[in-house]
Amino acid sequence: MGLELVGSETIADASESPLSISGLTVSYGEKPAVFSVDVSFQPGQMTAIVGPNGAGKSTLLKAALGIIRPLSGRVTSYGRPLDEMRARIAYVPQRASVDWDFPARVLDVVMMGLYRELGLLGRMRGQHRARAMACLARVGMEGFANRQIGQLSGGQQQRVFLARALAQGADLYLLDEPFAGVDAATEKAIINVLKDLNAQGRTVIAVHHDLATVPEYFDRLFLINTTAIAEGPMAEVFTPANLQVAYGGRLALAQLGSAAAG
Amino acid sequence: MGQDFVMLSLPPLVIGICAAVACALPGNFLLLRRQALIGDAISHVVLPGIVVGFLVTGVVATWPMMLGAAAAALLAVVLIETIRRLGRIEPGAAMGVVFTAMFAGGVLLLEQSAASGVHLDVQHALYGNLESLIWLDGWGWGALMDAEALRGLPPELPRIGGVMLGVIALTAVMWRALVISTFDEGFARTLGLPTGAIGLGLVAVAAVAAVAAFDAVGSIIVIAMFICPPAAARLMTNRMGWQVAWSVVFACLSAVLGYVLAGYGPLWLGYQNALSAAGMIATVSGAILGLAALFGPCRHRGGAPVENGAI
Amino acid sequence: MLWEALSLQLGYNATLVTLGAMMLGVAAGSTGTFLYLSKRALVSDAISHATLPGVVLAFMAMVALGGDGRFLPGLMLGSAVSAGAGLLAVTWMAARTRLAEDAAIGAVLSVFFGFGVVLLTVVQVMSAGRQAGLETFLLGATAGMLWGEAVVIALGGALVLGLVVLLRRPMALVAFDPGYAAGQGMRLRTVELAMMGLALAITVVGLKIVGLVLIVALLIIPPVAARFWSERVGVVVAIAGFFGGIAGYAGAAISATAPALPTGPIIVLMAFALFLLSLLLAPGRGVLAATLRHLRFQRRVHLRQGLLALAGGQPVYEPLTLRLMRRAGLVRADGVATETGRAMAARARLDERRWQMLRSDPAFEAAAARYDGLTPLEEVLTADQIAALDRGLGPEGIV
Repeated sequence: MGLELVGSETIADASESPLSISGLTVSYGEKPAVFSVDVSFQPGQMTAIVGPNGAGKSTLLKAALGIIRPLSGRVTSYGRPLDEMRARIAYVPQRASVDWDFPARVLDVVMMGLYRELGLLGRMRGQHRARAMACLARVGMEGFANRQIGQLSGGQQQRVFLARALAQGADLYLLDEPFAGVDAATEKAIINVLKDLNAQGRTVIAVHHDLATVPEYFDRLFLINTTAIAEGPMAEVFTPANLQVAYGGRLALAQLGSAAAG
Repeated sequence: MGQDFVMLSLPPLVIGICAAVACALPGNFLLLRRQALIGDAISHVVLPGIVVGFLVTGVVATWPMMLGAAAAALLAVVLIETIRRLGRIEPGAAMGVVFTAMFAGGVLLLEQSAASGVHLDVQHALYGNLESLIWLDGWGWGALMDAEALRGLPPELPRIGGVMLGVIALTAVMWRALVISTFDEGFARTLGLPTGAIGLGLVAVAAVAAVAAFDAVGSIIVIAMFICPPAAARLMTNRMGWQVAWSVVFACLSAVLGYVLAGYGPLWLGYQNALSAAGMIATVSGAILGLAALFGPCRHRGGAPVENGAI
Repeated sequence: MLWEALSLQLGYNATLVTLGAMMLGVAAGSTGTFLYLSKRALVSDAISHATLPGVVLAFMAMVALGGDGRFLPGLMLGSAVSAGAGLLAVTWMAARTRLAEDAAIGAVLSVFFGFGVVLLTVVQVMSAGRQAGLETFLLGATAGMLWGEAVVIALGGALVLGLVVLLRRPMALVAFDPGYAAGQGMRLRTVELAMMGLALAITVVGLKIVGLVLIVALLIIPPVAARFWSERVGVVVAIAGFFGGIAGYAGAAISATAPALPTGPIIVLMAFALFLLSLLLAPGRGVLAATLRHLRFQRRVHLRQGLLALAGGQPVYEPLTLRLMRRAGLVRADGVATETGRAMAARARLDERRWQMLRSDPAFEAAAARYDGLTPLEEVLTADQIAALDRGLGPEGIV
């Protein structure tokens, strides 16, 4: 396992897309969940992946990261095969994807983010612990370091996952539904952290389902419903016509109304 | 007293402890991965393995049988995984199909070979024969320093001892990767960890431990040690490291108490013959689990969730 | 000999055992289906291993009372009691502690079995080395079975089968959709208990024939095999019963022909053969059918993607796509599109554009939900509707 240092000095090649997907098709059984998607995410931007339930948002992310196997497609990161760029990518899975009854403390989970740095046998030193604590502080969870993870609320679990990703010190952050089922305070804390990351020049891509907050939280939008519908700056893509294609019918109009009102 | 102990009781005690620890360590991870019953499946297919090992080589010797058992265990694991994926069957049922069918094949082959006049001991495979693993050259504690006497140790001892040390070393080296991929497999994969290989490696280590242990102590203890000490340990603590430590303590405790109760219990009650040590060790581990389930500090799920006010 | 066995001409005992095994197989297969569908197949493993201490304790009690320790109904009663205790222990541990059900199953089966082995050695101590013959319960044995025992097994098999037939409706409902069943006012726990109770009864009856290690197979393998053939609960239950019955009948009959063919393993291997056949050959869920379907599907996806790329003037990277397109005559060896390729690409592009139109039109909401990149529009809309769409498309609409 590599001991390569992961740090901010790697934010170079600003022109290269941190995540570029071409011809990606994934299917569960006989129906494609994601069909022939081509998309290149822009570096240094905050992009939301948006679409209705079952549109393949999470599937796209998981297939891009090699967590599930696609039927076809190529994925590159910063112009290289994704496998070579793992050190620069941090992934925040859906909260419900793990068993929170696992015997671990909050700090143990955050330390998992240091794995690429520590490797299998690297000594855990004071500075590592301090870094993990600092990441917890950034999500407002420093007081919970020794808490058993099963005792956390949904919002707190989500923050712990975000802190683990922060500990990875990556350039590209991929988040799967980070705002699903969390309280308002957590939502605010998370978006602030993401905006900070973005201000430091890091790329943030998040699966999101709340149309009302999309324009406020993100710079760019990727609309998907099985196929790619549109990708671009928020103002250009967040249009009734596009949302109609993605959502079909009344749902989009209703959601759009609430977005306009808010 | 010292001489009797070293000659008759020390080797079985040490062998029992080694077997218990070698099984309990991977058992911790299998438990958390909801694969606790893989130990059950593996120990059932040991029987067909040794029968085939015997039929192929034609001799009743340890190594061919152990190799046969190990091959059967690996075959079972591969078959379970294949059937589960190909047939989209839930893992428990896939295990049930594979290990019962292989066990049935083993019994059938056994009867066939018995019909041709060879006797293989099924009960040995099930209950082991811990009590008979004595050290005739163990003339006293000093024999532990005596190279000549050490050569007379029952061969099961270095075998299971070596396997235990191997399991301990692997657990220590792979610790971080095991913990991360057990807790969050998707995240582990984004770190570049080969989660499939780690999962398979874990089961393979469990299989090796099971085969080495069954040879000395029989397959009942194997199943019990895969599950009971880790399960009891899970109810004692909420931290992975401590859980593994507790499971080792419980495994050793089961081995020692079980052996002593089986060997000396009947004497205390005025009977001559000893009871099955393997069965007693499993029973004691169950009693420990029962106590942990009733009184363990972390026996309940979760705990009171702290709500979002406290940020 | 085999024919005589299969046609029940090997004497009363063999005939009774064969019929008993068949009824047991039918009952086990159908009961096991309910367990399998509620994802608790291995509970039966805990039940069966937990019978051992009961068998031995019953033996000891009957000897202590001066009776025949091997009196089958007594041993069956003992095994039922301790299997019931094991079942309770599993349920309690899974419900009251943080341990998952699989851990509870493993713990109960190994500990009860271990305790049973200790008790077996106690019997040996008491009887000063005389064989009690209880070991036959581990692997089952029908050779030398008494007439009375055969009757008990046949009657037991019939009784359990009757109960399964009686309770099949509520059990099917609970296994298939517990939420709905509860909404119908059904008492879930009672029905679940009945399921487990039946599994327990099957274990107890089958113990003497099949042995406690292998009785599990009768509860697991036929249902898993049957599941390949149907998506409907009632049908799966029936097929599982049928498979179980065949395995029991043929297994018992075959084993009656020679002493070195033990009943339990033969029955289990028969069931396993049925499973293998189902796994490979069943239409729909079978491996062969699924593989063919997957390959065809993969081909469709790659061709469609390739055609869309051709139409858009983009390069095709994927080697598999290129190979499939070459084989279909859509591109030449050097990667340039053929006449057919260009025509099909144009069609694919038109189809895709029509879909695009359709998806952006609220009037077609229901049809739009069927979009998956592969379904041809002709399957969803009538020719008239497509013509209407095309009018909106214009001569060369933007994509």
